[in-house]
Amino acid sequence: MAGANKKLPLWAEAGLLPALNLLAAFIVSGLVIWGLGEDPFVALSLMIDGAFGFQEAIGYTFYYATNFVFTGLAVSVAYHAGLFNIGGEGQAMIGGLGLTLAVFLVGGDAPLLAILLGIVGAAVFGGAWAFIPAWLQAKRGSHIVITTIMFNFIASALLAYLLVGPLQRPGGQMPESADFPEGVGLSHAHDLFAAIGFSFEESPLNVSALIALACAFAVWFMLNRTRFGYELRVVGKNHSAARFAGIPVARMMIIAMMISGALAGMMGLNEILGEQLRLIGNFTLGYGFVGIAVAFMGRNHPVGIILASILFGALYQGGAELAFEMPNITRDLIVMIQGLVILFAGAMEHLFRDPIEHLFMRLRRKEAV
Amino acid sequence: MEQPFAIETRGLSKHFGDVRANDELSLIIPKGTVHGIVGENGAGKSTLLKMLFGFYRPDGGEVLVDGVSVQFQNPMDAMGKGIGMVHQHFMLVEPFTILENIILGAEGSSDLKAAKAKARAELRELEEKFGFDLPFDEPVERLSVGVRQRAEILKALYRGAETLILDEPTAVLTPQETEQLFGLVRQLKAQGKTVLFVTHKLNEIMAITDDVTVMRAGKVVAVRKTNETSAGELAELMVGAKVARAKSREETGEHKVRLSLDSVSANGDRGHAALKSVSLEVRDGEVLGIAGVAGNGQTELLEVITGLRSVSEGTLRYDGNVIANAAMMTDPITLRRMGMAHVAEDRLKTGVVDSMSARENAILGYQREADFSARGLLKLKDIAARAAAYFESQDVRPRNPNLPIASFSGGNQQKLVIAREIARDPQLMIIGQPTRGVDIGAVTKIHDQITELRNKGKAILVVSADLDELLAISDRIAVMCEGEVVGTLKVEDADEQTLGLMMAGEKRKVG
Repeated sequence: MAGANKKLPLWAEAGLLPALNLLAAFIVSGLVIWGLGEDPFVALSLMIDGAFGFQEAIGYTFYYATNFVFTGLAVSVAYHAGLFNIGGEGQAMIGGLGLTLAVFLVGGDAPLLAILLGIVGAAVFGGAWAFIPAWLQAKRGSHIVITTIMFNFIASALLAYLLVGPLQRPGGQMPESADFPEGVGLSHAHDLFAAIGFSFEESPLNVSALIALACAFAVWFMLNRTRFGYELRVVGKNHSAARFAGIPVARMMIIAMMISGALAGMMGLNEILGEQLRLIGNFTLGYGFVGIAVAFMGRNHPVGIILASILFGALYQGGAELAFEMPNITRDLIVMIQGLVILFAGAMEHLFRDPIEHLFMRLRRKEAV
Repeated sequence: MEQPFAIETRGLSKHFGDVRANDELSLIIPKGTVHGIVGENGAGKSTLLKMLFGFYRPDGGEVLVDGVSVQFQNPMDAMGKGIGMVHQHFMLVEPFTILENIILGAEGSSDLKAAKAKARAELRELEEKFGFDLPFDEPVERLSVGVRQRAEILKALYRGAETLILDEPTAVLTPQETEQLFGLVRQLKAQGKTVLFVTHKLNEIMAITDDVTVMRAGKVVAVRKTNETSAGELAELMVGAKVARAKSREETGEHKVRLSLDSVSANGDRGHAALKSVSLEVRDGEVLGIAGVAGNGQTELLEVITGLRSVSEGTLRYDGNVIANAAMMTDPITLRRMGMAHVAEDRLKTGVVDSMSARENAILGYQREADFSARGLLKLKDIAARAAAYFESQDVRPRNPNLPIASFSGGNQQKLVIAREIARDPQLMIIGQPTRGVDIGAVTKIHDQITELRNKGKAILVVSADLDELLAISDRIAVMCEGEVVGTLKVEDADEQTLGLMMAGEKRKVG
């Protein structure tokens, strides 16, 4: 009797539904590609090959995925506390700023210390940037969706100002900082593989991918194994019950948002400390927003987020290859395909959920009879 | 009988997943009678009503109105066939006047002024015929619950209802308002209307109905002429077993004051004075009942005692120690550690987190105790073991603590909540609505448990909307009205009539 409430088994909830959503997005994309005079099946195989077909491609796919793991986790931690953090983009920017300031503060004499403090700086600045909207929400009731969106603009403007002003590379024309000192940066995957005797084609994939995995584990552990995570989930689901249980609701909301901001801020590890080795304007490239889709598609579970991140990483990398191979398919079309995946996986999630739930109910009833 | 029945159902069924909410229901409701439908929560009454009123479509069987088979697609169809319904939660737009609410959706013209004038004339006729006297031009939000209910009834009549379905109509009424409602129902019957009176209060069935249908587990288990049955027989039919009487209260000897409120005032959520200089005492070994119509300060009273609301004036003491005054309050976790347990009044909103599992809910409020967490980590094994123990000791079903708490029936949820709250052997229990949404079988068990705790010398404060419940388990009953305690009676001196008058605000010297 109570079983009837749980409508779908786990494999359907976490496997079948996302697969159907993805399929629908690909069918619509395929129709558009077909309309442009290209063969959608060839396009698909080019895309898959471009994302996973060779070592460099795999490296790039996981490199992009690393960004999404950070921003997806950020969205999910806030979500578990009942908050919709749309400010991942801005928190990532400010995290990158914190990272850069820490690196320049330490300088090139102690590269390891610069790296460690850079990581801390990214998390602290990202968390601090999230603190303000969180405080406004918890204490003043200002809606966090609105304030985090506004803070994205503020972050973007602040970064733009700093990168054409005080932080600009001396004598430079671009909105970017000076290069990091020699030796300050995260090791690349191909170098690490080479050190243990394997050869791996060059790609931007770096140690921050492991840090992202560690963060995913830490988030899972925190939510499911710690008292803090339990209290955070209670706050996220029911403020009244949280107060009843003696949980300080406002404080929990603020802390959850700061963890969320710190995770988003750590995206800079991959982009800035892993690849660019300098702070550049708008290095976030919308990854903070994609994190929302990643979190939803991954059902706000760290494992789901890792899988969804790899999917989006593959879309980015495979899409770029596809645009390169097929002249009729432009970069914009790739963005459209990504948009369709977000649309079907996030916004139109119920398109397939309700029919599938009905189907399962009917099957169960048949079994019962 | 030569004339067709007002409503007849033949083999009416409705499933939800594997649950047979209504299983081959056949019932007949003759015209011009008051027909009662009784059953526990979850017996399938609501499902039946929703099919009769076009909210649900049956999976099998048929509904006949005036002997003609009908298939309602929506409530409009049902109204078109002369069926009107007064829901448990009124469907009125609060800032609108009664008149505006009555014509809402049945204006009949885009010229609102003309529509209102026409409606007013027609309503006057109806009022005269059925003996209403309603302030048509008052906004609904300013009216008492009883008046709102009569407005709903008039609304249904205005739309041509021949058969009126009243769903738990007395749940929110004072005894006096209930009497008024009964008068109206008799009037409706005298004018040839048919009334379907759905409730779980047996004394009301005995007082007002001609016939009664008893439902249990989705089926009709009995149909009786009201004057040929008794409340006892109906209760047995409802639960399928004899209802055990509540345990007897024993002398408890020692009478130390456990909790005291001294002229406590507090503001409500809207900033109004919700509690006005309330003074109360709860002693060890007694149950103090708090009676009152919902919304007269009982919720705020529970909140100030349990550390969820600050007080603006006065002092609360636990075992002689100040726990709250205008300058300070004690947080719920500290209060629990001092020995106070709290069974929240609104279980689903406050007492549990409905989407979390029963296991996770088993530690809510006690998550920081050493039994359940150490150095910030949850002790998952201990938590699982404790949840299993609660399920066992309280006979919570189904026996699966991993299901979301929302998938348990109200009674089983409450059993789990009570197990959680008594686990640390509290000295003071603060209980809001102990049996709201709980089936009869569990009600008896919960009442027994409260009495047992009292006999063990615990101090217990119970807020309940159910006077019968308070009369059954309390030693003293305090009555609240508009944020004040209008009086406190010993249970021996209390009866429904007296309490009803006090609930309406009549002062009574402390007995």
